[in-house]
Amino acid sequence: MLDIKGLKVKLEEEDKQILKGVDLAVGAGEVHAIMGPNGSGKSTLSYVLSGRDGYEVTEGSALLEGADILDMDPEERAAAGLFLAFQYPVEIPGVGNMTFLRTALNSQRKARGEDEVSSADFLKLIRAKAKDLKIDAEMLKRPVNVGFSGGEKKRNEILQMAILEPKLCILDETDSGLDVDAMKLVSDGVNALRSEGRSFVVITHYQRLLNHITPDVVHIMSDGRIVKSGGPELALEVEENGYADILAEVA
Amino acid sequence: MALPQAKADTTEARLAGLTLPEGAGWGRAAREDALSRLTAMGLPGRRDEYWRFTDPSSLNAPEPAPAAVFEAHEAPIWDGVDRLKVIFVDGVFDAAASDPLEMTGLEIERLSDAMTRDIHWAKDLYGKLETRGQTPVERPFAALNTAFATDGLVIRATGRAERPVAIVYLHGSETSDAILHHLVKVEEGAELTLLETGPAAARFNEAMEVDVADGGTFHHVRTQGRDHERRAATHAFARLGTESVYKSFTLTVNGRLTRNEQVVEFTGDDAVAHVAGACVGDGRDLHHDDTVFVTHDALACESRQVFKKVLRNGATGVFQGKILVKQGAQKTDGYQISQSLLLDEDSQFLAKPELEIYADDVACSHGSTSGAIDRDSLFYLRSRGVPEAEATDLLTLSFLAEALAEIEDAALAEELQIRLGEWLARRR
Repeated sequence: MLDIKGLKVKLEEEDKQILKGVDLAVGAGEVHAIMGPNGSGKSTLSYVLSGRDGYEVTEGSALLEGADILDMDPEERAAAGLFLAFQYPVEIPGVGNMTFLRTALNSQRKARGEDEVSSADFLKLIRAKAKDLKIDAEMLKRPVNVGFSGGEKKRNEILQMAILEPKLCILDETDSGLDVDAMKLVSDGVNALRSEGRSFVVITHYQRLLNHITPDVVHIMSDGRIVKSGGPELALEVEENGYADILAEVA
Repeated sequence: MALPQAKADTTEARLAGLTLPEGAGWGRAAREDALSRLTAMGLPGRRDEYWRFTDPSSLNAPEPAPAAVFEAHEAPIWDGVDRLKVIFVDGVFDAAASDPLEMTGLEIERLSDAMTRDIHWAKDLYGKLETRGQTPVERPFAALNTAFATDGLVIRATGRAERPVAIVYLHGSETSDAILHHLVKVEEGAELTLLETGPAAARFNEAMEVDVADGGTFHHVRTQGRDHERRAATHAFARLGTESVYKSFTLTVNGRLTRNEQVVEFTGDDAVAHVAGACVGDGRDLHHDDTVFVTHDALACESRQVFKKVLRNGATGVFQGKILVKQGAQKTDGYQISQSLLLDEDSQFLAKPELEIYADDVACSHGSTSGAIDRDSLFYLRSRGVPEAEATDLLTLSFLAEALAEIEDAALAEELQIRLGEWLARRR
């Protein structure tokens, strides 16, 4: 599904190397967790993959189902099946959540040469998906993320994921700012989307999210590289001992 | 005081091509009065502080610059709204194309008809608010309008008008030079919505005097555009009684030069005035100017100015907005915001927000910003698959939303929102 090789990235505006050679292969249907201390490059990886500007790839490649995504515009990557659930979803006043979702879905379908979804079909689709995430009609009518609580914003991200049905979902610290109940709702939403054809990269500081979303593989990232990979038990090790021990071990 | 020679020459040249419309009685007297005020103040020049950001020469010129007649190829706006439709073609009332001038709760007639009657309420309004509005800042084009207006409507709401009055301006001649003057009187507790839409003429000078009595409500929603070559100077003068409501919104699209002045005066306590505008300007030839003057001369009135402009390809936007709180106008709540979204580095926004306060127990605030499209928002939309151009349009609508939210009637607002989206898409 996702194949990253030797990815090196620096900031566009200053000579600062953030990713120093990342290798990561995520198979179809797999869930990979990336953990690591602040500043290790986790979020940068998610931005570079989704095409945010401000970064320059100096070396390496990233393929999504064999297609090089690094040369694509963000909207092309989305249409190709990539989805980033933002750590800080953006508020867009004056644009209704429904309008936004429908525009996004139909833009992607158009880019893939598929028919646009009619208003009636879209309404049916969104009602069903929103109900599972306990998102009410009022939240759908409101402007995108405006006045949403932290938990509502994250649920709205998962709703977008459910509507857009991407192949690869990157969750950037989706657990930040969530209380226990919200974390459960969000995790259930993600788990409902797990399937053979869909892969996840879950970026998180803490092991607790991984109690809800069980990963197949856990990676530890530090200083712009993946320094250790293992099974779910690696996340428990981090929880117990912190990063210092692991980092000392691989140094 | 004698006018500077250049100003006197400009004024003389402009007046040479104009004659006072025929008629006697109070109308004639008001026109002659306005003409003498105009000759005393002279037409504006670039040296006038109030015209520092906007070149009035095309408005001053004896002849209007020709403007191609714009063909919209779309259903006229608000066609589906149940309304009393009044049509002006190049500034001339078209009785055959208009609805009969009759409605429950409303008296409506042509200005020229009203002026033929010796006893008419319009006598106490025509030119009166315009004259008040000449202090402390002169508005020569409004005086010119009062003197030379050739047509217009005289509207009096006596109850709750059952439908909006919709003035539709049609542009037929490439060299039309229209001067229209409307009077609106909203009686105690009465309610009226006035809609205006359509390209009026190659050059358009409009003045409207609105007198809202105690407890009256006046809603005004106007669209200007999408004709590219028009030049327009409009004035609205409002006088607001106790607990009255005045809400005015203007959407401007295209146009070589548009100067919209709003002069609002609170004379009764606890009244509300919201004046808002949204402008979409594209191209080096576009110049759009909102000039607003709100005077608080009563207790506990609320005024709100919300102006948003989206400018690209070298367009220029101007905002001059003032809140004047007179001595004794305690508990005033005044707010003013003017913002521009600059879609490129060639476009410019010139803003002059002003507060002048002589009362000590008031809450007044103002702000003005200029900015580009927010990069985080743009990336967010694109990351969901929305192409850059479409995402920019969505964020443009998002930027204008606060101004559109000032429209009271949700259906009218929604139609404008949809039209705006279509117009933006066409420009891509």
